[in-house]
Amino acid sequence: MSADSRQAEHGTDIPAPEGPGSGGPVGPAPSGVSQERIVLRLEDVSVRYGAVRALGGVNFVARQGEVVGLVGDNGAGKSTMVKVIAGTITPETGRIFVDDVERRWESPHAALAAGIETVFQDGGLAPHLSVASNLFLGREILRDGILGRMGFLNQGKMEAQAEQALAHIGMTRVPPGAGVGRLSGGQRQAVAVARPVVWARKILILDEPTNHLGVTEVVEVLRLVREVRSRGICVIFISHTLPYVIDVCDRIVTMRLGQVVSDYRAAEVTTDQLVSDMTGSSVAASL
Amino acid sequence: MTNVGFRARSVGQARRVLERYAQEVLLGGVLVALIVFFSIFGQGFLSQINITGIGQSATETGLLAIAETFVIVTGGIDLSVGAILGLAGVVGAKVMATNIGGGVPGVDIGAGIVVGLLVGGAAGLANGFMVVRMKLTPFVATLAMLGIAGGLTLVLTDGLTVLGTPAVVATMGNQVLAGYFTIPILVTIVAFVIGALYLHYSRFGRWAFAIGSNSSAAADAGIPVGRHVIKVYVLAGVMAGMAGLIDLMRLGTGSPLSGVNSNLTAIAAVVIGGASLFGGVATMTGTVLGTLILSVVLSGLVLTGLQPFWETVVTGILIAGAVGVQQLMRGNGR
Repeated sequence: MSADSRQAEHGTDIPAPEGPGSGGPVGPAPSGVSQERIVLRLEDVSVRYGAVRALGGVNFVARQGEVVGLVGDNGAGKSTMVKVIAGTITPETGRIFVDDVERRWESPHAALAAGIETVFQDGGLAPHLSVASNLFLGREILRDGILGRMGFLNQGKMEAQAEQALAHIGMTRVPPGAGVGRLSGGQRQAVAVARPVVWARKILILDEPTNHLGVTEVVEVLRLVREVRSRGICVIFISHTLPYVIDVCDRIVTMRLGQVVSDYRAAEVTTDQLVSDMTGSSVAASL
Repeated sequence: MTNVGFRARSVGQARRVLERYAQEVLLGGVLVALIVFFSIFGQGFLSQINITGIGQSATETGLLAIAETFVIVTGGIDLSVGAILGLAGVVGAKVMATNIGGGVPGVDIGAGIVVGLLVGGAAGLANGFMVVRMKLTPFVATLAMLGIAGGLTLVLTDGLTVLGTPAVVATMGNQVLAGYFTIPILVTIVAFVIGALYLHYSRFGRWAFAIGSNSSAAADAGIPVGRHVIKVYVLAGVMAGMAGLIDLMRLGTGSPLSGVNSNLTAIAAVVIGGASLFGGVATMTGTVLGTLILSVVLSGLVLTGLQPFWETVVTGILIAGAVGVQQLMRGNGR
């Protein structure tokens, strides 16, 4: 039995927190466009939904330890691109490279196994399960011995690890045994973001993670994004709220009508410029 | 820790446990109240023979309800379990009656059991295929199987009871053990225990709950949703096949009429037990209590002199009442 198949069979522990730069040639946390190695590269990726072209030959790179903002109007192709990276849809054409190795995802599980974690726009939680069960969904820890081989869960171990992991990322107010359906909207979103945060090893994708959140919860999410970056993990951050994007990102990529139209250092771009790129018209001219 | 502090903590823990199991406590209370009621107004309700009779009649509903619980947890429904029960029962009876074991009853019976379970599993696989691959809604897919399996049962039997099974089959199905139990009752109890363990403490059950709770989230988490749903329908088919064989043991013959009303009672047992037809919510304890409540009510009504034709009417009323109570409880924050 291979190591991978053993992991699939018996689940796995949450990865231990790593210091900045561990696992690769990472220096201090980047302040602008990182010179670190490219962990994700999309080449000429196209996706169609029937007659609608959602992505048309997109090229994109993301580097280790940087936060890349992905902005665009509704229908620009951001979520489709996320789904391609996360393995939930297969592109019509194009190539995906992770750490310079070309990958073809047969399922979302393959992307997860490659260290790519995603928070989708709809939250992606099972409301009838507990926080710990959601945290370990699809990666359940099984009991040792014959009970484990029969598929029985080690719930105690999962809850203990969930408590530790949540505490590590500063979420001490959410009990791991609580049902997700009983949490407030903000707490649910926090759990939805926390799940990939504790598992992320290479790339973390956050699709509209600040939707429906109050100011306090938004601050918490942005803090988590910085915490993940400090571990040398690449974060792809999608949001319509441009001030948050400019605040937390190192680099901002703009999309329009299924194509990448611009790529800026966050420190060197204005909201007006981003809006102009997103809509294809000059904001200044319209004022 | 002071006595006061300890007592306050204990009270708090007891309250949390009570809140968590409120549904089961309520159902247990209803069951006890029904038993008291019928023991007063139903002649011979608490007699040994009637208690065993209630257990025997609960076996068919119970096994189908276990199957239905897993399906309903995923957000699906299986309208074909009764028809699969009938088909597996008559096919098992025919195999047992063919004397392929050369007169050795064990071989005939063993072959009949294996074939009966395979028939159930195959029907479940077809249901899963229709739901997952053909994208039919569970209602439509299993309605189609209801027609197919029910029709095949009549085609295979010409509408006649299958006779000629080894005599020991009926003996095994009806011999009373330890005063109250029979082999079908013991099989059903074991199936409930295993079903409860797998539903609540295994990855199989956890994934079923996750799919019923939010199938997109389950897929995003890497759970092979389609494959798992197929497995659940296969399990339901096998359980329905097992119910057919248990029915065969009880009757000693393969009846083409077996399972005709079983869908209604199985779904009723699960719903009375607190399962949500939207998926993600069910307990096997609730299903056990739902099964027992139905069996007690149906037996008790007969003993109070009500015509048996009222059975389905009462079952329907119980479903409506149970769902109404659940809505009220969930509306109050449960």
